[in-house]
Amino acid sequence: MSHKTIEQFSEEAKILIADYVTRVDDLKAKERTKIPAQEMPAQDPSIRVMNLDEVALGYTMEQARIEAMRCLQCVKKNCVDDCPVKIDIPRFIDHVAHSDFEGAAGVIKEASLLPAICGRVCPQEVQCQQSCTVGKALKDVDKAVAIGRLERFVADWERMTGKISIPEIKPETGKKVAVVGSGPAGLVVAADCRRQGHQVTIFEAFHKLGGVLRYGIPEFRLPNDIIDREIETLSAMGVEIKTNFVVGKTRKLMDLINKDGYDAVFLGTGAGLPVFMNIEGENLVGVFSANEYLTRANLMRAFEKGKADTPIYPSKKIAVLGGGNVAMDAARMAKRLGAEKVYVVYRRTEVEMPARKEEVLHAKEEGIEFLFLQNAKRILGDEKGKVNGIECLRYELGEPDSSGRRRPVELANSEFILDVDTVIVAIGNSSNPLISQSNPEIKVNKWGNIIVDENQKTSMEKIFAGGDIVLGAATVILAMGEGRRAADSINKLLSGKSDTDNIIQN
Amino acid sequence: MNKILFKEQLSKDVYLMRIAAPMIAEERAAGQFIILQVDEDYGERIPLTIADADINEGSITIIYQVVGKSTLALSKMNVGDEIPALVGPLGTATHIEKFGTVVCVGGGIGVAPLHPIAQALKNAGNKVITIIGARNKDLIILEEEMKSIADEFIVCTDDGSYGRKCLVTEPLKELCERDEKPNMVIAIGPPLMMKFCSETTRPFGVFTQVSLNTIMVDGTGMCGGCRVNVGNKVKFVCVDGPEFDGHKVDFDNMINRLNSYKEIERDVHNCYLDALVDEKESKI
Ligand SMILES: Cc1cc2nc3c(=O)[nH]c(=O)nc-3n(C[C@H](O)[C@H](O)[C@H](O)COP(=O)(O)OP(=O)(O)OC[C@H]3O[C@@H](n4cnc5c(N)ncnc54)[C@H](O)[C@@H]3O)c2cc1C
Ligand code: SF4
Ligand code: FES
Repeated sequence: MSHKTIEQFSEEAKILIADYVTRVDDLKAKERTKIPAQEMPAQDPSIRVMNLDEVALGYTMEQARIEAMRCLQCVKKNCVDDCPVKIDIPRFIDHVAHSDFEGAAGVIKEASLLPAICGRVCPQEVQCQQSCTVGKALKDVDKAVAIGRLERFVADWERMTGKISIPEIKPETGKKVAVVGSGPAGLVVAADCRRQGHQVTIFEAFHKLGGVLRYGIPEFRLPNDIIDREIETLSAMGVEIKTNFVVGKTRKLMDLINKDGYDAVFLGTGAGLPVFMNIEGENLVGVFSANEYLTRANLMRAFEKGKADTPIYPSKKIAVLGGGNVAMDAARMAKRLGAEKVYVVYRRTEVEMPARKEEVLHAKEEGIEFLFLQNAKRILGDEKGKVNGIECLRYELGEPDSSGRRRPVELANSEFILDVDTVIVAIGNSSNPLISQSNPEIKVNKWGNIIVDENQKTSMEKIFAGGDIVLGAATVILAMGEGRRAADSINKLLSGKSDTDNIIQN
Repeated sequence: MNKILFKEQLSKDVYLMRIAAPMIAEERAAGQFIILQVDEDYGERIPLTIADADINEGSITIIYQVVGKSTLALSKMNVGDEIPALVGPLGTATHIEKFGTVVCVGGGIGVAPLHPIAQALKNAGNKVITIIGARNKDLIILEEEMKSIADEFIVCTDDGSYGRKCLVTEPLKELCERDEKPNMVIAIGPPLMMKFCSETTRPFGVFTQVSLNTIMVDGTGMCGGCRVNVGNKVKFVCVDGPEFDGHKVDFDNMINRLNSYKEIERDVHNCYLDALVDEKESKI
């Protein structure tokens, strides 16, 4: 595929829009489905593997309008049904088609607090875009209206034109809310509770805010500026921020309530416990969890060699084990850190990969090699205890398992050796046990996820939870949705209203 | 925030600092550590044991050796300066009870984390026998402090410039050979020292606890960078430790992992090469 520059996309879009602009409201459904789906301009792959800048560059204004005109404004809004937070998608898209980007932003914000982030990282192809009528009509989910890109465009437009306003804050109530963890779940709880006039403090274990958005998802997919802006807004709203503060260690959870006078606590501590394969050789020098590798590169900035004090392992040939977003991020980061060969080793096939489709495509363009239907059996090391290869097995797909995905079955005697010096394990994360270990009263399920009711309340009074610590490693949008529901319950609790009547559906 | 209240150079490369950290001072127990950064954006996260704490002053004490760029930068900071990022207390506290006779073995800078543990053991009614060792006389730290809480006290140096000329394992073996074997040994120091202390006590069946100082990033169980094999199980030092049964720790693997970045560090911090080599030699 030849690489088109943003200027080329822009030129093409300008020509198209001249044709449609006068007829925005009169286009027939047939005509709309004929409008070419707008591609996302991106940095040239050969250049971007040498920098950390964002890969996807975002639609131009003309592209956004053309893409918006592809929307049929369906009466039965399949897209909205499949949006975890029920953004009124056709309504915001209609504003985009009419160049009313501020109006579009307003519509999105009724339901989502972090559009610049969700527009970039949501798995739209299995949410809103999956059921989009246009995609169905064209029998290709890739041809669905690019809802995520439009969302991103609107959020970026708002940010870049300085149109982001500080939300209105109700008069101070004198009530205090503690938010533990500053991932997407915690950030939205802080915003929603502060808006009601409560005093809010965010406690974060790390020295920087953002949770996985900061330490996990790389700059080239989600620039730090965007997270910083969200945090600046929270600060401007008067949210107090305490970094380097591990609840359960620096201060006991119950002390926040009993000694420090917090009226409610939200736990958004995430799924920060790396899962390893439990295979031979996993503790050799050169084997990393994706969390460690990405934290070194992102949060600790090891990418900026010479500037950062945190070292990153010098690798020539890397195998990344896993097929999700975490695996894609680790593989693509490894490439940017100078690895000559990066393999993604995945037990199933491309179809079953849980990663966002766009990331897989981008990874391929960047020269990442995918080894499907293969998996590591053991990791091999040299006399110094350093990785010098992995023994892999080949698989085929068998019967579907409980998740409905066809289960990989190993092929007998299919062992072979992959020559690598580094292995990154990216097969998943489970719940961070720190809070539950220091508070055995809080009920967790067998995977260590905190159990909550439909109002996000835990088994302990005044304590709520949401996001990955409840769902297990999930998604940004689900974490945000749970955060909003929790904030709503907290706000009701603090206003003295019962939290059982009318739970707002996000 | 975390202001430096007091600074003292204990030996050539070893410094003591008292830092304002009221909450940590209140919550910490012997055996726990903090992580600090000398720069919020580019600094690495350095784990350091809490050597002491003063609840009234709201301070914690750290003792560290200059071994690389970050600890050198820390040593250049002065009273009144703020540590940009400091988090803790992390890790699991030492289990303290009355065991009977406990031998506390400290090697080099390892005497710093050993001190609060020895103190707590003493307070719990144990007979405390202390062995401290270093490469030479100048590298002995906290001698008076350790002596004042010890029922028996032994100092040794590799070169014989002070105390007995031997490795700490020699008196440790003698103690194990006594009619009344110690009930427990706690050994803290360079990895090789802890390995050989564990090997020394193994034939006598004396439980030996070691405190591991692996590479760490977050210190909260999120990255797994600190993992070690203990009795064929993978443990995270930052949350499951830092203390483990020395007879079960796979020291060879741990030492390999500790050296993961040695080559790069050499390149980057060439000027600290000497310090590194020194430290290597001082191991045992
Ligand atoms: C590499 C990677 C890529 C991903 N890519 C995508 C993607 O493309 N799209 C998508 O939708 N999702 C993606 N995800 C998943 C998504 O990031 C998470 O589902 C989401 O961030 C969860 O949000 P959260 O608020 O629940 O927790 P987190 O983002 O995990 O934040 C939890 C925060 O709590 C802090 N904390 C933990 N314990 C304590 C404590 N005791 N005291 C104080 N603070 C504490 C942590 O330091 C952390 O900052 C990805 C995840 C990873 C790791
Ligand atoms: S389903 Fe697709 S075409 Fe229909 S309203 Fe939603 S985005 Fe527009
Ligand atoms: S330092 Fe990251 S898990 Fe222990």
